Amino acid sequence: MDSCGRISAPFSGAEASLLRAGDRVLLSGVVYTARDAAHKRMVEALREGQPLAVDLRGAVLFYAGPSPARPGNLVGSVGPTTSYRMDPYTPELLDAGLKGMIGKGERSDAVVTSMIKNGAVYFGAAGGIAALLARTVTSSKVLDYEDLGPEALRELVVRDMPLVVLIDAMGRDMYREGTARYRREG
Amino acid sequence: MREIHVSVIRDEVKRLFLEAAYVLPSDVKEGLIQGARDEASDLARSVLRTIAENSTVAAEGAFPLCQDCGMAVVFLDIGQDVRLAGGDLTSAVDEGVRRAYKEGYLRNSVVSDPVFERRNTGDNTPAVLHVRIVPGERVHITAAPKGFGSENMSAVAMLSPASGREGVIDFVVETVRLAGPNACPPVVVGVGVGSDFEGVAALAKRALLRPLGEPNLDERYADLEREILRRINALGIGAAGYGGTVTALSVHAEWAPTHIAGLPVAANICCHANRHVSATV
Repeated sequence: MDSCGRISAPFSGAEASLLRAGDRVLLSGVVYTARDAAHKRMVEALREGQPLAVDLRGAVLFYAGPSPARPGNLVGSVGPTTSYRMDPYTPELLDAGLKGMIGKGERSDAVVTSMIKNGAVYFGAAGGIAALLARTVTSSKVLDYEDLGPEALRELVVRDMPLVVLIDAMGRDMYREGTARYRREG
Repeated sequence: MREIHVSVIRDEVKRLFLEAAYVLPSDVKEGLIQGARDEASDLARSVLRTIAENSTVAAEGAFPLCQDCGMAVVFLDIGQDVRLAGGDLTSAVDEGVRRAYKEGYLRNSVVSDPVFERRNTGDNTPAVLHVRIVPGERVHITAAPKGFGSENMSAVAMLSPASGREGVIDFVVETVRLAGPNACPPVVVGVGVGSDFEGVAALAKRALLRPLGEPNLDERYADLEREILRRINALGIGAAGYGGTVTALSVHAEWAPTHIAGLPVAANICCHANRHVSATV
């Protein structure tokens, strides 16, 4: 395996611009879990000029809803959900300062355009390694939307979470390049 | 007539969902290890090994295989000489699900109504229950929690009979291509062919329960499975969608008679966490 770069979150647009699609990175620092329902509420709050429980400037959102923590554990299994469902809300969050997203799957053209405009990066965590990813979590607390249960807005502190840069701040897409390399005719 | 108390069903449902959430079936794990041998991409190969390692950690019992602990799908084959006593069967199944998800620290992923409130029911009920009445005096129970990353990428088509074998293959391969990385490849693909609109989807779902690498008994359908698998693995999607030669671990097709005017086909995609456990009481 190739060696991994390291990045800490939150990070700046300048730091984001150094990452390239296909890079493998170990991410440490603060990430916020938010998925469908939390996105809807955050964007509704932004539109109404209401404050959010999370400062989006330089922030990284992790599209995830962890399973409940057993007593003595910080968190249950935690892994990425499919990102396209967050696409309708994402450009507004990027305009508000969001710099990184962790998920799986392709993004819409509107999201990629907004990522280029705002200098943001989209990371992938492999789906289905949630028990392993849970071990990178060093702290966990609910910040808002507790009524949503697994969809609550949660602050996680992670150490060396293994990620791949799927779409970089120039809009290069690692999925397309990877699939093209191994596609065979009929 | 044999009497079975519904609390027996309830307790078995609970036990099966607890096992399914933490222990990857051995055939799937072997498929992942074989996939890592076959895979041409270094990155995809490392993903396959990491997924296998994830299942080892999950089997220790602290962390479920996936944070998406699924919608609780239950198949019951009830012998017609069984009398179920002690209460309502559907409630007993839901109670088994409720207890498994609570005691197993599994994620509750079900919302009440799909369009308006979307309020989490808080206990992962109701289950999706498929019941068949079969000969005999036993009850066969299968618990198959289903994640929605892959369920969302599944599809049904009502093809024209003239579409034939090629039409079936093209539809299934195209469904997997469109799913791309979203369905958490490497996937297992359940294919239903025939029956009617709802019947073909149920066939595809049941096809996912078959052990990996066990072909259809009808050689024509076994050949169909092999050809679909070959075409899917030529798509280049690979593990996690990072590019590679192992996009599906297995394709299982089940068929049923259909109408003279129709050729229904369903592709039910399952991520590599193809969780299903059975018991007979």
